Amino acid sequence: MKVLGFLLQKEFRQIFRDKTILAMMFAMPIIQLIIMPLAANFEVKNVNLVYVDHDHSSLSQKLVHKIASSGYFKLVATPSSYGSAMTFIEVGDADLVLEIPAGFEKNLVREGSQRINLSVDAINGTKSVIGGGYLQAVIKDFNRALDLNIKLATTASTNTAAAISVDTVNWYNPRAEYKYYMVPGILVLLLTLIGGFITALNIVREKEIGTIEQINVTPVQKWQFILGKLVPFWIVGMIVFTLGLIVMYLVYGIFPKGSIALLYLFAAVYLVALLGLGLLISTFADTQLQAMFVAFFFMMIFMLMCGFFTSIDSMPDWAKQLSGLTPVTHFITVVRLIVLKGSGFADVKTELGWLLGFALALNGLAIFNYRKTT
Amino acid sequence: MQKTMENKAIICRELTKEFGDFKAVDRISFEVNQGEIFGFLGANGAGKTTAMRILCGLSYPSSGEATVAGFDVYKQQEQIKKNIGYMSQKFSLYDNLTTLENIEFYGGVYGLSRPEIKERSAQLVHTLGLEKEVKKLVGDLPLGWKQKLAFSVAIFHRPKIVFLDEPTGGVDPITRRQFWDMIYEAAASGITVFVTTHYMDEAEYCHRISVMVDGRVEAIDSPANLKARFHTDSMDEVFYQLARGAKRTAD
Repeated sequence: MKVLGFLLQKEFRQIFRDKTILAMMFAMPIIQLIIMPLAANFEVKNVNLVYVDHDHSSLSQKLVHKIASSGYFKLVATPSSYGSAMTFIEVGDADLVLEIPAGFEKNLVREGSQRINLSVDAINGTKSVIGGGYLQAVIKDFNRALDLNIKLATTASTNTAAAISVDTVNWYNPRAEYKYYMVPGILVLLLTLIGGFITALNIVREKEIGTIEQINVTPVQKWQFILGKLVPFWIVGMIVFTLGLIVMYLVYGIFPKGSIALLYLFAAVYLVALLGLGLLISTFADTQLQAMFVAFFFMMIFMLMCGFFTSIDSMPDWAKQLSGLTPVTHFITVVRLIVLKGSGFADVKTELGWLLGFALALNGLAIFNYRKTT
Repeated sequence: MQKTMENKAIICRELTKEFGDFKAVDRISFEVNQGEIFGFLGANGAGKTTAMRILCGLSYPSSGEATVAGFDVYKQQEQIKKNIGYMSQKFSLYDNLTTLENIEFYGGVYGLSRPEIKERSAQLVHTLGLEKEVKKLVGDLPLGWKQKLAFSVAIFHRPKIVFLDEPTGGVDPITRRQFWDMIYEAAASGITVFVTTHYMDEAEYCHRISVMVDGRVEAIDSPANLKARFHTDSMDEVFYQLARGAKRTAD
């Protein structure tokens, strides 16, 4: 225990002496947490629309007003031909082209139906799909109002066709605001970066300088050395997590609905798992560059598979399983459950089991793979 | 058996280390007496550092036997490590810690108590004349100081044996001389010194030396006897004659 004290003292001295690392560990996550949720937003706004009206009727004017007033679209231009409208898509100024054929109003009133043409620039997938969806919703709405107007006028019958209308309620995030979804997620990702990279780089740095050989020639035991590296960065991680929670509350007004103690319990176990990954990487890598690349490889997988950017439910089966094998997935799920839904221990205990499993496996492997004698 | 080991600091018998087909250390045998200054010579790539790493418990031998301070290099590395000091070719104190912090850390790692560390480090700082530099980061010290400090740290826990791997590389002649004064002091206090060097004048300072060529120990004796055997009055000449037959290129 005494020896561990000396190891910890040395590590903390070095951490607090290196101002760049210190800034990287504390200031960067906070700045990122303040900036990123504002930019990383899945909501689609400002869809650029080009409207080609061959009809010039009051009904077609009404439609364009409805679209423009929905708030999601920006009317870029109203050229007179489809060909010139397409040039807007070709140069990237427009995402959607809506073409209203001649005789639009006439056909609607007489025949009761009319086809219109929607062309979508599918390069920016999210924007075009969601933008197209919004536009269809707007048109559908317009259509329903139209039904009433035309049908009431033309048919004598007053019993309108039965229709199912759906009212959606967003539980746990009533206004479906992205920040409630994003901010806890980003907090987790930042913690992941710190946990995964810093230990790996720290130990490999000692390898590069040669001080690790000096340590290996001392009677320091493996567990002492590893704890000497784990504990300082675990503490740093917990401080970052705390700062993150404070930013979340002060800047975004998000206060965890569930138990804070439970949240800290998970953060504690999660950090041990992540630091274990860093340790494991450091036992394989000989240079900081190698460690960097390996850590980056895992981080990319973690980020893309953890359900932060894309929904896990829509992944193929193999990807779902892979996603379950990354610690980030479990932690992100839990943080969202506790922060937004107020879930208690009973609801998340399987996730705790997973994280404990990762912590044991990764640290076990790291200790097994760390050799004082080669 | 145990009796004869007691006054030998290091015993090597047919010690071998292979990396694939390459025999870095090829069946070397020698003994080092307690309190002796033993010079371990050889050209670059002759296998000195590999042999030294085995004796320090940093690397497993492929075959042969060796004991250091009476402990087996296969099974008792941790015991060995408690009884030795090691100064590697690479400077291995922490640049971003101060002189005192480095001393404190390594002392603590070897299990010294804080009062012991405090007392010994005050004494050490005084002997080295480093009073003004104690609060300076080690990275800012000149090389000569660094090497002297590294040596002092390596023997701070009063080991039975200290291993020095080219401790005076790149150091000016005056500092080298001071460094050897420190080695003599350490030996006088009963510490066995096992040192590699490329400077033949330093070889002369050793009680006995061995010369490694292509992984094998080709000669082992006192500097005076070796010079007599090779009919020359300089250690340089002894080294040339032995190392000339080397087939390995320097690493």
